[in-house]
Amino acid sequence: MSSKAKGASPGGGDRINSELFTLTYGALVRHLLLDLESPEEVNKQLDKMGQNIGIRLVDDFLAKTNTGRCRNFREAAKTIAETGFRMFLGCSAKVTQIDDKECKMVLSENPLTDFVELPEKLQPLSYCSLLCGVIRGALEQISMKVECEISKDPLKGDERFELHMRLVEYVNEEYPFKDD
Amino acid sequence: MVCFNMYIFNRNGVCLHYSEWSRPKNVKDGAGTLVDDAKMMFGLLFSLKNVCTAIDPTREVKRPLGAPTPHGEGCSFRSFTTDCYKLHYLDSPSGIKIVLNTSKDVGSLEKQMWVIYSSLYCEYIVKNPLYTVGEPFECEQFVQKLNKFVATLG
Repeated sequence: MSSKAKGASPGGGDRINSELFTLTYGALVRHLLLDLESPEEVNKQLDKMGQNIGIRLVDDFLAKTNTGRCRNFREAAKTIAETGFRMFLGCSAKVTQIDDKECKMVLSENPLTDFVELPEKLQPLSYCSLLCGVIRGALEQISMKVECEISKDPLKGDERFELHMRLVEYVNEEYPFKDD
Repeated sequence: MVCFNMYIFNRNGVCLHYSEWSRPKNVKDGAGTLVDDAKMMFGLLFSLKNVCTAIDPTREVKRPLGAPTPHGEGCSFRSFTTDCYKLHYLDSPSGIKIVLNTSKDVGSLEKQMWVIYSSLYCEYIVKNPLYTVGEPFECEQFVQKLNKFVATLG
């Protein structure tokens, strides 16, 4: 997932067809299912891949949007929902039920699942757990430890796609070397 | 204007990259080795930032010197000038710190520092899939573009 996803990315850049993006993600999940066999393992792997993407993506995001420091969890959640999703996924998200430690994000649409139907035997698969990883990885880079999970998933019969994000802690900035 | 050298650090104090264009005083006569040199530079940045925060007159809660800075607090400086050189500093929210030492006859380079971060570091390093985040890099393309960019500064 990169800035190449369809949608209004403020920083411009090349764009590719969103279907290609959706299908590529599908192929990736498919391949993981073949390789790892258990859906639970696939969830974990997707989450880990997402985290690695997030760690890089945050710099791209900062560079393109020129966002200043998010001083707290609320600001960070709003920035992700309002700018992040629009920029990288081409869809908008709304933050609901926000307080200092927890929030929920509702996505207007989810391009990742455009052509997806979850078969009966793959019910434990959480198809979009990559997104959770991305958010966790990105916030980790700006010193916020969060937990993120999919709380409502249309693939499992819910009405909308909803992410649940919970703040674990703010990481202090400390001197990394021992004093000699 | 002369550009002397440039450092890129991450939040953990790892010197990701070092470029040198002109360094009349050899490292050997200063810190000794490049590793120590980078460590001293990082220490200076860290302490200076701490001091800046400690004497910040705009904030009600004063933080004692040396106490860890909680998230979202603390302030950052942009540059300082000595009677021999000028140090330009950019601290991104993701903890990437870029330091550029130039001669002191130059104005604010804030915008140019941002260009180094956004159009060089992000484009050529972060987006390079073979680069492991958090490790030092020597990327030819990056160095080339950087040299070109630095040449336009003067």
